[in-house]
Amino acid sequence: MTDATLGTLGTLVDRPRESGPTFRERLWPATATSTQPQSATRLEGALVDTNRPLSFTFDGRRMHGFAGDTLASALIANGQKLVARSFKYHRPRGILTAGSEEPNALVTLGDGALRETNTRATVVPLFDGLAARSQNHVGSLRFDAMAAADLAAPMLGAGFYYKTFMWPAAFWEKVYEPAIRRAAGLGAISTEPDPNAYDHAFAHCDVLVVGAGPAGLAAARAAARAGASVILADEDQRVGGRLLADTNMIDDVAGVSWADVVAGELDSLPRTRVMTGTTVVGAFDHGVHVAITDHGHAAARSGAPRMTVTRIYAKQTIIAAGATERPIAFANNDRPGIMMASAVRAYVNRFGVAPGTCTVVYTATDDGWRTARDLVDRGQHVAAVIDARPKDDVSAPSIDGVEEHYETHVVSTRGRLGLTTLLLSDGREVFCDCLAVSGGWNPNVQLTCHKRGRPKWREEIAAFVSSAKGDAAQIPIGAAAGTFGLGQTLKDGHRAGVEAATSSGFGGRAGDAPAAESDATGVSAFFYVGESRRYGRAWLDFQNDVTAKDIGLAHLEGFRSVEHAKRYTTLGMATDQGKTANVLGISLLAEAAGTTIAETGTTIYRPPYTPVPIGAFAGRARGKAFRPTRKTAGHDWAADAGASFVEAGAWLRAEWFTRDGETHWRQSVDREVNTVRNAVGICDVSTLGKIDVQGRDAAVFLDRVYANTMSSLKVGRTRYGLMLREDGIVFDDGTAARFREDHFLVTTTTANAGRVFEHLEFCHQGLWPDLDVRFESVTDHWFQVAIAGPSARALLERVVDDPASVTNDAFPFMACGETTVCGGTPARLFRVSFSGELGYELALPSRFGASLMARLAKAGADLDCTPYGVEALNVLRIEKGHVSGGELNGQTTARALGLGRMVSDRKDCIGGVLRNRPHLVSDDDPILVGFKPIDGESELTAGAHFFATGAEQITANDEGHMTSVCYSPTLGSPIGLGLLLRGPDRIGETVVAADPVRNRAVEVEVCAPHFFDPEGARLRG
Amino acid sequence: MLIDHPLLGPRDAREFTYLGSAERLARPDVARDDADAITRFHDYVYLRENPAGPHRELWLHAHGDRSLLIVTRDTRTHDVLSVELAREAGTAETESEVRP
Repeated sequence: MTDATLGTLGTLVDRPRESGPTFRERLWPATATSTQPQSATRLEGALVDTNRPLSFTFDGRRMHGFAGDTLASALIANGQKLVARSFKYHRPRGILTAGSEEPNALVTLGDGALRETNTRATVVPLFDGLAARSQNHVGSLRFDAMAAADLAAPMLGAGFYYKTFMWPAAFWEKVYEPAIRRAAGLGAISTEPDPNAYDHAFAHCDVLVVGAGPAGLAAARAAARAGASVILADEDQRVGGRLLADTNMIDDVAGVSWADVVAGELDSLPRTRVMTGTTVVGAFDHGVHVAITDHGHAAARSGAPRMTVTRIYAKQTIIAAGATERPIAFANNDRPGIMMASAVRAYVNRFGVAPGTCTVVYTATDDGWRTARDLVDRGQHVAAVIDARPKDDVSAPSIDGVEEHYETHVVSTRGRLGLTTLLLSDGREVFCDCLAVSGGWNPNVQLTCHKRGRPKWREEIAAFVSSAKGDAAQIPIGAAAGTFGLGQTLKDGHRAGVEAATSSGFGGRAGDAPAAESDATGVSAFFYVGESRRYGRAWLDFQNDVTAKDIGLAHLEGFRSVEHAKRYTTLGMATDQGKTANVLGISLLAEAAGTTIAETGTTIYRPPYTPVPIGAFAGRARGKAFRPTRKTAGHDWAADAGASFVEAGAWLRAEWFTRDGETHWRQSVDREVNTVRNAVGICDVSTLGKIDVQGRDAAVFLDRVYANTMSSLKVGRTRYGLMLREDGIVFDDGTAARFREDHFLVTTTTANAGRVFEHLEFCHQGLWPDLDVRFESVTDHWFQVAIAGPSARALLERVVDDPASVTNDAFPFMACGETTVCGGTPARLFRVSFSGELGYELALPSRFGASLMARLAKAGADLDCTPYGVEALNVLRIEKGHVSGGELNGQTTARALGLGRMVSDRKDCIGGVLRNRPHLVSDDDPILVGFKPIDGESELTAGAHFFATGAEQITANDEGHMTSVCYSPTLGSPIGLGLLLRGPDRIGETVVAADPVRNRAVEVEVCAPHFFDPEGARLRG
Repeated sequence: MLIDHPLLGPRDAREFTYLGSAERLARPDVARDDADAITRFHDYVYLRENPAGPHRELWLHAHGDRSLLIVTRDTRTHDVLSVELAREAGTAETESEVRP
């Protein structure tokens, strides 16, 4: 459609000078056999090392480049203009820029687990063996079957998924969405774990300088000379910034040489660090910055980390991040061969490769003319400079042999897979294969936005510049601050360096500011060729395929705020965050609303400045290293004894010990339970939290944090303790043992050890700092083993040094004390029981854990002693109606757990008041009771809900739920604990335990929660 | 974010655990059977100011010396205006606010 219209307009035809190869061969040297590939030679003065050739592939085709190339420059050198298909419309795309702002040239590197998608070809240093592939096409890059999406464009405008593909409704999820997701998108990620390593590092400095262009180098040198410690970071592989791409002189030497000399001086200073390949991606509160150093793929393959994330702590930050050139929007402005003018200059000057054989410059800035000048200086053919401005507004000097057109525009282009023809507003057609576009420079204000800087529009430079409102410790300079002349930039940089050093307390001699001439920097605020509208779509956001039309539509549909329009059209929401796109979109939004850009304002940039792999943030904390496994001192012994392990918080605990002939876990668990009930078992309970509490007011303190009274506990005795939260709900349970008047040891559940400790810190330091009490976590200091069963004392007598000290009279139920075992090893002994049997817990310094277990197992062999795991422990406690994780679920009160009488009303304690809130003491509360299947054998499931027999199983009839279940070998039946409405009043009733998730319903009898030895006689024997 | 620890100097926020508003320090000192005990505790546990501006909050130096700090932070700018040890500042507060 567009092309047909174009044909009628061509009047004048300007052809490039013909000589040697045909015109088509000149345009497409890669497909012509007679031309010499550019890869073999480079223009003079290029900053690549032609003595170090490198070989790489693109879509399987072998290509060649040199050390110092980026993938993008090497692709251009090999004549590869078409490098990608666009996100939504599958438009053919080439390389647009020469920097980190690249929206088009996203490629996939590597294969298998090493596959890295959406990598910007413009920032990848070329290395030998690099294998790059193009993305987002079905079939080949040149003949993408999905290119039909471009024909369907009228259906795919802004917000299309809210408006089209709506009927029939059921089709969205099953047909439309999967199809759209397949069609749109970029690279396909690898689903294998990333084999690369990423490191984290920390750095401190007085002055951080972001960007090693002329401004940054001048600032860093001044600050360092003044005596400050300086970090200079730049995303590029070498310092210089635009000096690498331009041809300026500084202090009478070439800019590139000047940069190298300054970097050399900085390197020689002991308190200064130059970090190249390092992008400062985020500025955070109080001078904290996150910088990503890319060590490159080649280094990663030889064992180095792929990237290092450095947290930089800086007193002052100089933002010398430069500026990003923006395009001009006109119809079909996205063809391969249409590039930023500054990028064309970079490829010619820095890399010695010409992006085209015949170039036209289309510009609204004086800077665009420099591209034409540099191309001509290097012997390249420039057909014309087309300036959108009137001649009087242009300060750049004319260039010999280059046509000039003023107040003229490119209205459209042609060329299916690459630019061949321009159509101008004066009706002429121009043949060219490279169009260098210069629409003005956007200062890189991102890091100031991270610190609440709100960019303000400055019409005279046609750019958003960071406002003064941001962080005082940030000093934007140079192009990042909207200062575009090189001479002024250097002066500002030098002065900022001195100021930052002074603010940090350093006043040494900084020397003179470097000097240079400034080029013309005139610019007109010109964004969109309105008359191009009838020739087709004009692209604003290349990466997200957002066109001028989309912005108009957003305005029509009422999305007036810039933030709303952004989200509706997805302008600037791709991985490049609209570095090249946003200002164009804002200008069109302003125009549609009949207002100004200043009034429209800009969206806000957030970290990261450039995309960062998730792996970099994870660093070494992956897999098991993310949350290290804790093992008790008895772990290895347990493993040898046949234990299988289960995770309990960060801990690994033995779940059961398999003996010869046991083929099912239930056999092991039933045996362990029976042995504890009839003989003796030993269980590693070291994972319980242990907190040592000492001080004159220790007892008072414990009275306030426990719901029950601890001050009345006698020395040498232990007491069960219940901790509440301030809202009256049960927080944790455990025991408190009193060794002296002023010395307690309290235990917590395994899961809550850290939280209880933190809670105690808050209570002491925050609420009652006057109490004379200190506490320390000693969980890791002590190995602790439970010895339980009728023969527990017999076994204990064989390891304690004084058997007479553990008789029932000398050491009764709930006693505690210090003792020695195994010939003088100091130990602590507690007569407590979770199993309901005669029980002890014996604690030794951790290093004795494994040998204590071995000694007990050996000493107990003739007593039929068995180690038991947490599964048997769970069965034993359910049989006794003891509460655990299922019941202490953060929603239950002491009353609901049948522990209401423990809570003392005679003292103040955490949770003491709110536990009596009316709705927590209502008679309709579910209360803990036990359950047995009526048939004596049906399996019970935890989480099943209770209903009256015959009642409809709906929420309104819900009477509570099952919290813990097990098979009880002691009773020969499945049993469970649960919370049931008015439970204790309903003993003997039958209810239904319904588990609709597993499609089960079991009739159960309500019974007391103590299934076994309710009087506790076995404990005291 | 950096917190200027009164004893240890500036420390990264990652060393700390946030324990909520410093209003938690003003625990009501009431007899359990006071008529308004439940109401006052309800307000203490559940009601929080949400100021745009200076906010007193608790940070526990969990990966450090375990000091509980009262950090006064401007919620609009994240500027840290003052940092005190709770065990030194807290006493005065509970006494003045709870036992007027």
